[in-house]
Amino acid sequence: MRNPLRSEAEAFRFLLVVIVAALVIVGAAYANTWLGVAAAVVAVAGIAWWLIQEPVPGAADPAPRLTSSTPPGSHRVLLVALPGTGSVRLRNGATEIVVVVPALASTVESLTGGVDDRRADAERTAERLARQLPNARGHVGADDVGLAVEDALREFGADEIVVAGDEELAAQVRSRVTIPVSRA
Amino acid sequence: MATHAEHLEHHGEHHGPPAPHYSSRVTPGVLGMFLFIASEIMLFGSFFTAYFFVRVVNGTPWPTPPFHLPIYVAFINTCILVTSSFTVHWALQSIKRGNVWGLRAGLLLTFLMGLTFLITQGREYSRIGFAPKDGAFATIFYCLTGLHGAHVFVGLSILLFMTIRAFRGHFSAEHHHGVEIGGIYWHFVDVMWIVVYLTVYVL
Repeated sequence: MRNPLRSEAEAFRFLLVVIVAALVIVGAAYANTWLGVAAAVVAVAGIAWWLIQEPVPGAADPAPRLTSSTPPGSHRVLLVALPGTGSVRLRNGATEIVVVVPALASTVESLTGGVDDRRADAERTAERLARQLPNARGHVGADDVGLAVEDALREFGADEIVVAGDEELAAQVRSRVTIPVSRA
Repeated sequence: MATHAEHLEHHGEHHGPPAPHYSSRVTPGVLGMFLFIASEIMLFGSFFTAYFFVRVVNGTPWPTPPFHLPIYVAFINTCILVTSSFTVHWALQSIKRGNVWGLRAGLLLTFLMGLTFLITQGREYSRIGFAPKDGAFATIFYCLTGLHGAHVFVGLSILLFMTIRAFRGHFSAEHHHGVEIGGIYWHFVDVMWIVVYLTVYVL
């Protein structure tokens, strides 16, 4: 949905649309009040449909790719695992590991805020994996894999990302970052 | 502002995590505008809900006899307010082209028309023949038009500062964000008035 007040030009354009709709409503109401009400209902529905259909500027642009690295001598690994992942084996050499488990939720759960169970699942997985791995700590991430990785990289400069999941998930992460991404 | 990736492209070497940043899903400016619109929708929505209950659910005659609404005066006032949106748009287009006098004239005209709207509404209140205490119809009428009038007053305050800044040479073709934001607010106030006018005076 497009925000009609994103800029002055868009707000002015929205105003012009509202003026045209208002003229139609006034004309209809002049003939009959109920006809005016009907015109108002159609106008509101039409404007709402128009705003929903309008593409959001920049929404189709690819997100900027993130990068990070650590000082020489350290090798920090960001492990991305889906909720329910049992165990993960990593190659030796990681000096520090952060496990991030995105709290994936359905659209309805996200919209209604009913994500407590999903976060609890993610938290259990993150804690279990963090206990299994040396020098590791676990975090619950956002409800989107790309966003969870992005948020984690803001706080944890990783040299490598390891994905505990299928190739599709790894490709999704790879498209968002410039650092090496591999599968566990 | 250059993104982090653009910065890397130009400078190559990078150590440490990316700079602290907001979520990539929504920028603070857009989020702020969404919150503002949502709060305004809820504010006006609560008054329109009251209007709906009084007029449709309760079946109160609108306007309740023996009162009359000055539809044609309100129509002239509507024309004045709508025209003022055109002048503020003209003001912004002028400064975008570097025309400082166009900006000043546009803002001054907008301010004067907004002031005329508010004074006319005040005159309407003094002559309309009923007060907020005279039943549910009168209460809702004053609440809806008064709430909008308060928004016009805020808009006029913003316009006053914009106009003063314009005459002091604060805006240029490159820097006119203050006019842009004020313009958005003024258009919003205009749209809300059209909705109020249609529901209160026309339908």
